[in-house]
Amino acid sequence: MNRRQKEEYLRDYSVLKAQGKPFFPYAVAKDGAMACLVLLVIILMSILLGAELGPKADPTTTTYTPRPEWYFFFLFELLRVIKPPEYVALATIGIPTICMIMLFLLPFYDRGPERRPERRPVATLTAILIIGAMGYLTYEGAAAGPPTQIDTPTPASVIAEGPKVVQQYEAGRQVAAQSGCLACHKIGENGNGGPGPALTDIADRLPAAGIQRTLINPTAPMPSFKSLQTNQPEKFKNLVAFLGRLKSESGTAGAANPGTGSGG
Amino acid sequence: MPKLKLPVPPLPPSMRPPPKRPGAPKTKPLDAAQEAGIYTVDWIDERTSLSGGLRWLMFRKVPKGTNWFYTLGSATMFAFVSQAITGVFLAMYYRPDAAGGAYESVRHINDDVFLGEFVHGMHKWGSSVMVILIFLHMARTFFFGAYKYPRELNWVIGVALLILTFVMSLTGYLLPFDQRSYWATIVANNITASGPFVGPYLGDFLNGGAEFNATTLSRFYAIHMMLVPGIIGALIGAHLYLVAKLGTTAPPWVKAKPADELTEERA
Ligand code: HEC
Ligand code: HEM
Repeated sequence: MNRRQKEEYLRDYSVLKAQGKPFFPYAVAKDGAMACLVLLVIILMSILLGAELGPKADPTTTTYTPRPEWYFFFLFELLRVIKPPEYVALATIGIPTICMIMLFLLPFYDRGPERRPERRPVATLTAILIIGAMGYLTYEGAAAGPPTQIDTPTPASVIAEGPKVVQQYEAGRQVAAQSGCLACHKIGENGNGGPGPALTDIADRLPAAGIQRTLINPTAPMPSFKSLQTNQPEKFKNLVAFLGRLKSESGTAGAANPGTGSGG
Repeated sequence: MPKLKLPVPPLPPSMRPPPKRPGAPKTKPLDAAQEAGIYTVDWIDERTSLSGGLRWLMFRKVPKGTNWFYTLGSATMFAFVSQAITGVFLAMYYRPDAAGGAYESVRHINDDVFLGEFVHGMHKWGSSVMVILIFLHMARTFFFGAYKYPRELNWVIGVALLILTFVMSLTGYLLPFDQRSYWATIVANNITASGPFVGPYLGDFLNGGAEFNATTLSRFYAIHMMLVPGIIGALIGAHLYLVAKLGTTAPPWVKAKPADELTEERA
């Protein structure tokens, strides 16, 4: 807006204002009615939905998948949409930060004098697109349930290693299913396809020792499972043993020793 | 001493109180109470001169065409006030003790305290309501072009309020210390710490160390109930000062018709 447009706006505005009504009591009455409505909604939600408390926090076993408050779903879902690990930082930090900066600076790059939404097509369409995308991501995030089941069969190569290994493998599968890994990883047909990479054939890429290192000292946003190791070493061992045997079907059965679970 | 004059409320003529007859003695207790009230207000005003500011705030005009969308800002503020009040009552019972006291105190609020679960529920769902309202208010100011000259600064303060509101819900989510809050917070802190430049420092600050530990909870509690609400309160004050100073926009499609007196003057 140049000087003339600014003065014109202020002149028009002062006329409109002079023709308006006093804040008290007209606007105050509307605001008060709205406040009553807000209070009513909050009270009704509290009565109908309650404030249930989940199971107590337990850093060792998590039968719980990390799930944020619903209005953060769109951020969480963004992580899932942007899959390649090298872009994870972009989704977690990059896009939200850029959006925030763009939001802060909005009045400084959109300086046109026009205020009617239908005559600012770029601004209006961008806003509608962003609102639509956030709505869609929130919906997707809400629809993605917290999976806690892994139904991959025990492969023949593991069965060939004897009943003890089978037992350990199946116990590990149980731990993996209950530890919330599926919120971010896919194992076989189970779990979500992101933000973490699929673990279906993780042992092809990482030896058991490497997996154990990842679990104890992971890259964000994956939580560390170090406390599981210190508090319930047996479970942790089984988990590593299970993951260390997740190979693709074509992998030669039992060719390499996939780690014993004690790891490195 | 200047006598305080209350403006007459805009009532229909039939409901207005009849004017006092001069000379009628003031003996009724209601009159005496009114006298005392006016005297008190006068006494305060003589020493503070607050009435001018109050008049400036309350009797400014809102422009022609102001509609219900303009109540969203004050509704957001009301939701914040509701959060503050219910939060004070929760703080009377809550203990930020990561060793189990926190979870236990919230369970105590829910199960034993009179109306405890109700107030807890109001606080919990009030946060959702506030987030929805703040987004609606922001959408209103965006689509009405209210962020343009001369209200740019008010938009910037608004974005800061938006971010702080999210910080509130992030820090509040941990406090019940159940499975959900614990694991969601671990993930959130890890994400924060992975940011460039300030990320690691911010992560350390939130965690109170390199990892989630016993002090993290009390840190979140202090941030949630003192630091951020204080900043939000101050920023709402600045936001409202600017609103009163600059006036709220008229809806963009309302055109200023030249006022009658102005046309007459020109003629
Ligand atoms: C909050 C989401 C999240 C959860 C929960 C999670 N992870 Fe991860 N995980 C990730 C992300 C993201 C990566 C990729 C990190 C990177 O880029 O290095 C990853 C990486 C890994 C890797 C290394 C993969 C590779 O190809 O290098 C392994 C192994 C792994 N996770 C195992 C697990 C296991 C086992 C669990 C459950 C006990 C688990 N994760 C829980 C997000 C998660
Ligand atoms: C705690 C949060 C907030 C509170 C309590 C609040 C309160 C208010 C109030 C009471 C008004 C008066 C007009 C109206 O009600 O619409 C207002 C105006 C305004 N707000 Fe906010 N607001 C908040 C957040 C925001 C946010 C997030 C933004 C945008 C990013 C914003 C931008 C504005 C602008 C530009 C105006 C001027 C509108 C006009 O003049 O028409 N506010 N705010």
